[in-house]
This record gives sequence, C-alpha cells and structure tokens, in this order.
Amino acid sequence: MAVSVDEAVSTGPVRDRTPAARRFGGRGRSVLEIALLTVLAVVMLFPVLWMIETSIKENRDVYAIPAKFFDFTVTLDHFKDVFVASGGGRSTLSVAFLNSVVVAGVSTVLATVLGVPAAWAYSRFSVKAKKDQLFFILSTRFMPPVVVVIPIFLMYRQVGLIDTKLGLILIYAAFNVPFTIWMMKGFVDEVPAEYEDAAMLDGYTRLQAFWKFTLPLLVPGIAATAVFALIFSWNEFVFAIFLTSSDTVRTAPPAIAGLIGGTTVDWGLVAAASVVFALPVLVFAYLVRKHLIAGVTLGAVRR
Amino acid sequence: MSGPVPLTTDHPGQVASATPPAPGRSRRLSDRWLAVAFISPALLLLLAMSVFPLLWALYLSFTDYSATRGGSAHFVWFENYTAILTSAQVHLRALTTLIYVVGAVALQTVLGFAIAYLISRRTHGRGLLTTLFLVPMMLSQVVVGLFWKFMLDAQFGVINSMLGSLGLGQVEWLTRQQTALISLIVVDTWQWTPFIMLIALAGLTAVPKYLYEAASIDRASEWFRFRTITLPLVWPLLLIAVLFRAIEAFRLFDLVYILTSGGPGVSTETLSFHVYKVAFLGFNTGTASAYGILMVLIVIVLTQLYLRYLNKLKED
Repeated sequence: MAVSVDEAVSTGPVRDRTPAARRFGGRGRSVLEIALLTVLAVVMLFPVLWMIETSIKENRDVYAIPAKFFDFTVTLDHFKDVFVASGGGRSTLSVAFLNSVVVAGVSTVLATVLGVPAAWAYSRFSVKAKKDQLFFILSTRFMPPVVVVIPIFLMYRQVGLIDTKLGLILIYAAFNVPFTIWMMKGFVDEVPAEYEDAAMLDGYTRLQAFWKFTLPLLVPGIAATAVFALIFSWNEFVFAIFLTSSDTVRTAPPAIAGLIGGTTVDWGLVAAASVVFALPVLVFAYLVRKHLIAGVTLGAVRR
Repeated sequence: MSGPVPLTTDHPGQVASATPPAPGRSRRLSDRWLAVAFISPALLLLLAMSVFPLLWALYLSFTDYSATRGGSAHFVWFENYTAILTSAQVHLRALTTLIYVVGAVALQTVLGFAIAYLISRRTHGRGLLTTLFLVPMMLSQVVVGLFWKFMLDAQFGVINSMLGSLGLGQVEWLTRQQTALISLIVVDTWQWTPFIMLIALAGLTAVPKYLYEAASIDRASEWFRFRTITLPLVWPLLLIAVLFRAIEAFRLFDLVYILTSGGPGVSTETLSFHVYKVAFLGFNTGTASAYGILMVLIVIVLTQLYLRYLNKLKED
C-alpha cells in the first residue's frame, strides 16, 4: 500500500494553480478537511486504544462509572493472567495460543507447499479450461463457513478428526489454498517466462528452471502470501469453535470468546488476551502492507 | 532425453553442458505432466475438503437425517427445501440479513470512500494515516466482537458512560430489539470501512493527474471534476469492493455469535446464524443441509457476479 500512497503525492501543484482569490477558501477547506480526518481517525482508533487501556487497568478502574480515560493505575496483572494460571503453571489461554501457533503455522506451510507450484503451473502452462478452474478454486473460498462446517463435522466424526489439531489444519489449508493460488499466480505472472526459456536453452529441465531461477525470484511474494494465510488461520473462529472442544486442542479465538461465557466477565483479562492475540497480526500486516489490497481481496485485485 | 538436440546447435558452447536438454516433443509432454503433478495435489485437497462435503450436504438435504438421533437417513426429496422456502421464520431471517447487508455495506462504502477521498487530497502523512485507518480491518472478528460488546455494555460500557457525561440517556445497545441490529451494523461498519477505504484509495491515486490539471485549466468546478473524472474512474474498483463486502457480510457469523447470539428474540438472527441453530442446536441435519445448500447457491451467484465483473475489469 505504502508504494501507491507515496507515488501519488503530486496533487500539490494542481491546487497552486487555482486563482489567488480562491486560494484562501482552499486553505480554509483544507483545515476543515484535516479536522474531519482527525475526528474520523480518532473514532476509528478509539476502540483499539480503549482495548489497550482496559488491558492495563486495575479491575476497579475497568468497571469505574463514569469511565476513566486518563487517571488510572497501570497494572500488568491481566497480561500475567493470560499466560499464568491462578494456581501457577500454564493457563488455558496460553495453551490455546500455542495451539493457534501450531495450527496456523502448519496449515500455512501446507497451503504454501500445495498452492505455490499450482500457481506456477497455472501461470506457465496452457491448462484445459484454465479460467474455469481458477474461478472454481476461488469460489470454494467464498463458501459460508457455517454451511461447510456441517458436513465437515459429520465427515470428521466418521474419520476421528473431530477435536484434533490435524482436522483444523486440513480445513484451514483447504481454505488457504485458493487464496495462495490466486495471490501467487499474480506474482508468478510478474516473473517473465523468458527466464525459464533461457534456462532451458542452457540445458536445464523445466523443473530445474523453476527451482533455480523462478522460485528465488518468488520468495518475497511467497512470504507475503504466507503471511496473509497465517493471518486468516490465526483469526479464524467458526471452524475452530465447532470442530474442537477440549482445552488441549482449542485455538485462541474460541478460547478468548469462551472468557465471556460465565455470569461475570473479567473484561480486563479479555482485553489483555485480545491485545496479545491481535499484536502479532498487526505486526505481520504492517510487514506486508505493500500487498495489502491483493491480500484482503484474496488476490483478486492487484495494484 | 537422448540424441542430438536442434535447440542447442545454435549454442555450441552449451553442448558440453552436463544436463542434456530435452527435445522439443518430450518437453511439451513433460510440461503437461508437470502441470498435472503441480496442480492436482491442491485440487485434491479442495475436492476432499470443499467439494465432497458440499456434495454430502446436498445428499443430506434430501433426507431427514439427524446427527444426534442417528439411525439411517430416509429420503424425503424436496420436503426440506419446501419447508424452508415457505417458512415465515426463514423469511424473517432473510429480511434481517438483507437489512444488515445493505445497511452495513452502504454505510461502509460512503464512509470508506469519504475517508479515502480526504486522504487522497493530503500531501503529507498519507502513509501514516492509511496505516492507522487500516488497523480495525486486520483484527479478528472475535476480538472486534468482544471489544464492542464491552464498549456497548449497558452498565460498564464506555459508550453509555460518554453519553452519560453528555447528559444523554443510557441505551441498552445489544439487548433492545430496535438497537441490536443497528449496533451490529455499526460494529461491522467500524471494522470494514477501512477495506473500502483501502480499495477506493488505490482507485483515487491511480487517476491520472493530467486529467485534473486539464480540468483546472478549464476552470472546472470541484464538484464537476469529482463527478466527471474521479467518480467514473474509481467506480469500477469500488464496485469490486462493494460486491466483495456484500458476500462477506452475507456469510457473517462470528460477530452475531459474540455480540448478540441472534437476540434479543430473533432480531439479529441472520441466515447464517439461523443455519447454525438449526444444525447444532436443533440437530435437524437434513433441514440444515438444505438451508446451507440454498445459501451456497446465493453465494455462488454473488461470486459469479463478482468474478465476471473482476474479469471484465482486468480485460479493460
């Protein structure tokens, strides 16, 4: 994103050409626009700031009426509670975080290993009904999870994948493969096929040409794609809540959502867990900000 | 992979190469083999995890199977479908979903485009502004749902607290029929306005500068420039974003589950939440499957629309 943002900074001179009489009005408008943007930014960011604030407040400040915005005592107790159980030892939440790391990580690796070669093949070779195949692949990604989970639930019950990490890994990989293929096909298309042709003239086989010349050029694209797949799996909730139940398997989203099940809700803990959960996503998203548009539209829109 | 190769005769230096290049014909053959070998694992996973389950759901949708009652499934043919399509309950959910999708997507589009337009007019700090605005979109729906639930809490929520200090009355956002759906729309808008903004911004920055320069030499008014240059050029991309959001909003489940669980009453029960209730609380697997298949059909139509349009856009 940053690229397209930085590229187009030259609207300035255009405005300068407006007659002097209108320039003052322009400046007044400019101030108004900045004010409006600031207000919108505050509104958009307030919930996030409030979440961070709640996570470092003491309980009596969390529930203070009226709400305390500035003068509260800072504590890291909630963060401690996220990782350490009340009686010492690991908390259920920290186990869930570990599970999330395993499930999201392995499913991303699987989706990448399956998706990248397929994307290359779709980009380079003339495959029968290529367009239809690609459309079909992307359509599977649009299926409502709530609907897909019904037969998947029955299927997993038959084969004993209910309440296993493997089950989650497989379904997440299946949901990430279409994304990986579409996203990576864009990246492969950008690498000239002539590189491979030249390598093959030099005596390499097609496979070697792919492995030695194209693949190294694709590494940044693969990294960006994998990061998005990681974010999708990390954030996923519907499959996780219906296909897993035990604390040893459950990933972080259903575990965090489970915190509000009881009669009283420890909002400080919920906030701290949410912050811990969201932080890696924000860091990762920042790393791939250049590819954000392609990433969030499943590789369909590229700029 | 043997014998002299015509390709290398032009490059005598390469004859000594360790790997003899494949002759043209078998190269094409091995290309096809490579394509199959590279594509089929991915397709097999999709067939096993997406297509097969849906086919199974299709089969179940013609039966009276129940996941808990067990026993064998009896064919009831289209009974499930007629039951769903004629059910007043389902019609109500469809209406709720429609209000939600149209309301949320419309709000996001207007707000997102407005923010993008404002950002595109700034010369400084664009990168930072964009990054800040994008934060909500990257958060998990679980986190978003939980957090807004806390903020909208009637007793401890910060929203009511702020309303209170302004001297306004307290609102039971999530537990009143009239406000629950609105709250849902607001939360979804908060999360996904950045999505529209991001795409609209890409469209806005791609508008060639010389068009504006020409227009300003002609002393065209701001509104005229916006209407005749900006909007027509950004609209196609914006429509992509809108369609994409519409599909996502139609599938929405997480937010409803966490914020309201469909309540109060059934005022925020969208179609996908209702499917969940039929399948996992009512255990009418057959009916739920039929319901699911109908939803899949709608999604397929929307997706086709989206992809067709996308394709048209790419070809232009």
